[in-house]
Amino acid sequence: MTVSHMLAFAAVAAEETKSPLLPNVSELILGTGAFFLIFFVLAKFAFPNIKKTLDERADKIEGGLARAAAAQEQASKTLADYQEQLAEARTEAAGIRASAQSERQAIVEEARTEAVTAAAAVTSRAQEQIAAERDTVATSLKREIGELALDLAGKIVGETLSDDAKARATIDRFLADLEKQAGQVRS
Amino acid sequence: MSAFGVLLSAPADSETCTEIGSHLGNGCQFPAPTAAIFDWAPLATYHLFGVPIEVTKPAILLAIGTVLILAFFFVAFRKPALVPSRTQSLGELGYTFVRDQISREVIGKDGDKYVPFLVSLFFFVWVMNLFSIIPGAQFPVTSRFAFPVGLALVIWVLYMFLGMKKQGPIKFFTNFMFPPGLPKPIYVILAPIELLSNVIVRPFTLAVRLFANMFAGHLLITIFSVGAWYLAGPQVLGWIGATGSFAMTVALSGFEMFIQFLQAFIFTLLTAVYIGGSLHAEH
Repeated sequence: MTVSHMLAFAAVAAEETKSPLLPNVSELILGTGAFFLIFFVLAKFAFPNIKKTLDERADKIEGGLARAAAAQEQASKTLADYQEQLAEARTEAAGIRASAQSERQAIVEEARTEAVTAAAAVTSRAQEQIAAERDTVATSLKREIGELALDLAGKIVGETLSDDAKARATIDRFLADLEKQAGQVRS
Repeated sequence: MSAFGVLLSAPADSETCTEIGSHLGNGCQFPAPTAAIFDWAPLATYHLFGVPIEVTKPAILLAIGTVLILAFFFVAFRKPALVPSRTQSLGELGYTFVRDQISREVIGKDGDKYVPFLVSLFFFVWVMNLFSIIPGAQFPVTSRFAFPVGLALVIWVLYMFLGMKKQGPIKFFTNFMFPPGLPKPIYVILAPIELLSNVIVRPFTLAVRLFANMFAGHLLITIFSVGAWYLAGPQVLGWIGATGSFAMTVALSGFEMFIQFLQAFIFTLLTAVYIGGSLHAEH
């Protein structure tokens, strides 16, 4: 029980009680007036502001959501593009690698062939040279040996075999003998 | 004279047994609160065009409540920002609660026009109810029948006006008096009932529901408060009773908080239902 209630008890004690279901005219006017005051003032000065703000906010949020969805779509599209490009690049790289491999093989083959050919050429040239030199050496040797033999024979026989034709025939015979001997030795 | 009074002490005389002096211990009777606790003597009386305007406690509370509501919404919605301040958030919570839970739920999107009216109504009723448990005030303004009656009259006028404007002055009445698809003789009974129900009973029950709830709540809290005061005394039994009675007062105050909100909600909801019924004839 509060002080105000106690005072109320004291205040109303003297008066006779009115029915609570009889609306008091003064209160009817005041209550309706107070409600209209609240309604008109708020409807004019407070609620339009907040309605605008709420609509704006809803708009912003909805706009933001739409933008986010668009961005998402864009991103997934870009991702798909990238993946496609990546796959393409991979295929291309594989192709390049394969062709490079075959090209390399061809190059190696070519180089090898070339080298073999070159080597063969070098070998044949060398053999030719050797053969030529051997011929030269053989010829000069033949002549020297013939002269030596001629000298020796002259000294031994004591006569000069000036007749060239005869001497040459003798030398050739001698050399043929020598070659025959050499052939026997070699075989 | 109570039974406990006889047991505990000698009968007291009428001089001791005033409303404040009555206690179980001194043998006085329980000064049960009556409807008189809702009657407030005017502190001053002014005359407006010959009509007496009385300054009573409910009238003062009405003025305080009106100022509080106006001040709150002014502060909250003066410069609304997209990212709201605390006060604005709180105001928005109230505004959107009425808009989404009452207006849009009952009337639909075309009820948005009436949201300012419904928000004003909801907060007016709720604040006037809340005075019931606010220390110092402790009196629900709406327990004075004149206030719900005033509101119900305003709503009734709006209901009639909107109905006749949107559905036609005659069609509005015939729409609810003659719902289609019933056998003809039924209308003989139904039409007057519907007319009575829609035109007279609706505003009356709207006003009475709010008034009676707040009236009963205040009476209950008062009974237990007075009970605690009455039981308090030098006897152990008295103190136990007083404590229990006081606990009931506290519990009832909590319950009243719920009822106050609920009644404001129902009052606004039914108003929305009536406005919705005026806008679109459904039954």
